[in-house]
Amino acid sequence: MENKIDIKNYYLNQFDEFEKSLNGEKSSDFHKVRKDAISKFAELTFPTQKDEEWKYTNISSLQKHNFSPAAVKANVSSETINKFLFDKMEHSLLVFVNGNFSPELSKLIDIPKGVVIGSLAEALKNNNPVVKKHLGKYAENENYFFTTLSSAFTKDGAFIYVPDGKVVEDPIHIIFITKSGSEKILTQPRNLFVAGKNSQVTIIEHYVSDEDSVYFTNSITEIVADENAIVDHIKLQEESNKAFHIARMEVDQERSSNFSSHLISHGAEISRNDFNARFNDEGSECMLNGLFMIGDEQLFDAHTMIDHAKPHCNSHEHYKGILQDKSKGVFNGKVMVRQDAQKTNAFQQNNTILLSNDAVMNTKPQLEIFADDVKCSHGATIGKLNDEAKFYLKSRGIGEDAATAILIHAFASDVITSIKIPALRDYLEEIITKRFNQ
Amino acid sequence: MLLEIKNLHANVEGTEILKGINLKVNAGEVHAIMGPNGSGKSTLASVLAGKEEYEVTAGEVLYNGKNLLELSTEDRAREGVFLAFQYPVEIPGVSNTNLLKTAVNEIRKYRGEEELDSMDFLSLLKEKSKLVELDQKFLSRAVNEGFSGGEKKRNEIFQMAVLNPTFAILDETDSGLDIDALRIVANGVNKLKTKENATIVVTHYQRLLDYIIPDFVHVLYKGKIVKSGGKELALELEEKGYDWVKSDKAEAVV
Ligand SMILES: Nc1ncnc2c1ncn2[C@@H]1O[C@H](COP(=O)(O)OP(=O)(O)OP(=O)(O)O)[C@@H](O)[C@H]1O
Ligand SMILES: [Mg+2]
Repeated sequence: MENKIDIKNYYLNQFDEFEKSLNGEKSSDFHKVRKDAISKFAELTFPTQKDEEWKYTNISSLQKHNFSPAAVKANVSSETINKFLFDKMEHSLLVFVNGNFSPELSKLIDIPKGVVIGSLAEALKNNNPVVKKHLGKYAENENYFFTTLSSAFTKDGAFIYVPDGKVVEDPIHIIFITKSGSEKILTQPRNLFVAGKNSQVTIIEHYVSDEDSVYFTNSITEIVADENAIVDHIKLQEESNKAFHIARMEVDQERSSNFSSHLISHGAEISRNDFNARFNDEGSECMLNGLFMIGDEQLFDAHTMIDHAKPHCNSHEHYKGILQDKSKGVFNGKVMVRQDAQKTNAFQQNNTILLSNDAVMNTKPQLEIFADDVKCSHGATIGKLNDEAKFYLKSRGIGEDAATAILIHAFASDVITSIKIPALRDYLEEIITKRFNQ
Repeated sequence: MLLEIKNLHANVEGTEILKGINLKVNAGEVHAIMGPNGSGKSTLASVLAGKEEYEVTAGEVLYNGKNLLELSTEDRAREGVFLAFQYPVEIPGVSNTNLLKTAVNEIRKYRGEEELDSMDFLSLLKEKSKLVELDQKFLSRAVNEGFSGGEKKRNEIFQMAVLNPTFAILDETDSGLDIDALRIVANGVNKLKTKENATIVVTHYQRLLDYIIPDFVHVLYKGKIVKSGGKELALELEEKGYDWVKSDKAEAVV
């Protein structure tokens, strides 16, 4: 490939620049974390298809661009942000522009006492003890090239802390908007969500762009669900088709906690999502659902791992993909049931619809079971829209496009309907309609 | 004339199934097509509805003077053609209401009419569901999913009632219905009958024709209509079976 840059040297050099820009913050405790990360980064190699975890995911085109990690200011109007709000939903909103928190565009509504919703930069500055305790504890640098990159350049992201017993009724909507223009920028949101015992919170991570530009989002989200906490997480990706998106989410679940995740994505040029959830104690539930809709030559990859380390936990995972044109999808879902984890219920399913003969899906559901008294199932299907059903719809006067859209809505419906927020469901239905019924 | 089928030949996967069908249907008429299993009844219905797997190799079909075979499946429906499927398709995730709302509005759009608003549409559904005594709960259920055989057939006639076609083919809508359901379905079909529309009922059983009185009965055998007559032909078939027309045909060939 022409113009391939040496990505490692490039970011090692950029790190010096970055350090200079930090001024006094260089002497903070946290900066040691960054320095550890950059030395780890120097040891790791850029992932290639020779790595088992990247076997079907060729990200070499990332090396064609020298994405700048330096902060780039941009003006984003509230009208632009409004385009990404869910109709009639009054909720707390955090907006990050090019990775930096924007207090002007954000608003907090009805926040119970003691709950913290804001920017990680602010929390770091204030030496927030929750951040100190949790940040970087779940998304370890080990073996994750892009995590070390994120850790080395950590500056901002969303920080949410819900203390024991607190319930945040309304969803918290976090918009990460990238406005890079012709500059190729790297934004690295670093998010930490901590839900205390018996607490409840719903968080929407929404990655957007209203331009067709080339940029790189490398995000890390760490989520802690303490005993009996209920955490619903939704991630929406409405980014530029030319963007690169690499993301990792780590979920740490304590006793009787309930975590759900929905990933709804239009993809980017390349998107890679690593979702890892761990049951640290008994009686917990974890749901990982996903819907990705890609076309052109987009590449979308979801790598998930649910670690049943303890007995009496339930996991439910359902990923659905709709692939058009020459797009490529990868699903690698691992469910690990350790020896101790008796009475585990684990369900995993991946279904893909190929709308074109040139689209390709690689799916690998994996169950690794070391306990004997468990109920586990997994499966995958790859197919086309049902011709019989389409003919039936058409025979009622419904045209090709509308019939396709109806069947796609139907295919996606179980993932969409398991989202608990009606306004968000409507927003997603609208996204599907716009995409498939024109 | 509403529909005229002339020398229609059609193949499925390279095998000729329809071997020269001729049939004329006028507005206001009910025709019954009977015939043994595999004779091509459903194939004829599918060809008229525009199913792509069926390749028409010769002949033509005029519908309201238009070349029906040139129209897409959806345009045929928009022009007033309706097929009640022998085996209605289950479509999980799509509600009956959603299907019908989209269908009604696409048809109206095609005809240059305004879309129905939700209120008008719902009252239309209500009115028509009474016609086939279909419980309201079926409206919000996924199309045919988990319906019993009889419920599926009733749902077909319900859809027919909502879409109000000019020309309908009911493919074995009576199969699998108990006598009460049969009466309800037949009643619905009779109520939809006008001087402007026409229906072809495909059936194996004379029983249906006690309720839906046909003007003509045709026997389809090995891809051809080998006998046509009035409603008494159905009785005769019931009595003598198809061997009689088969040998009749054989004699005719000799
Ligand atoms: N899609 C198809 N692929 C292959 N063969 C087909 C297909 N559809 C129909 N056939 C064949 O065409 C012939 C006619 O079938 P058709 O379904 O039209 O018969 P029918 O008269 O409706 O029978 P029945 O009374 O059983 O409903 C049969 O031999 C059938 O096997
Ligand atoms: Mg048949």
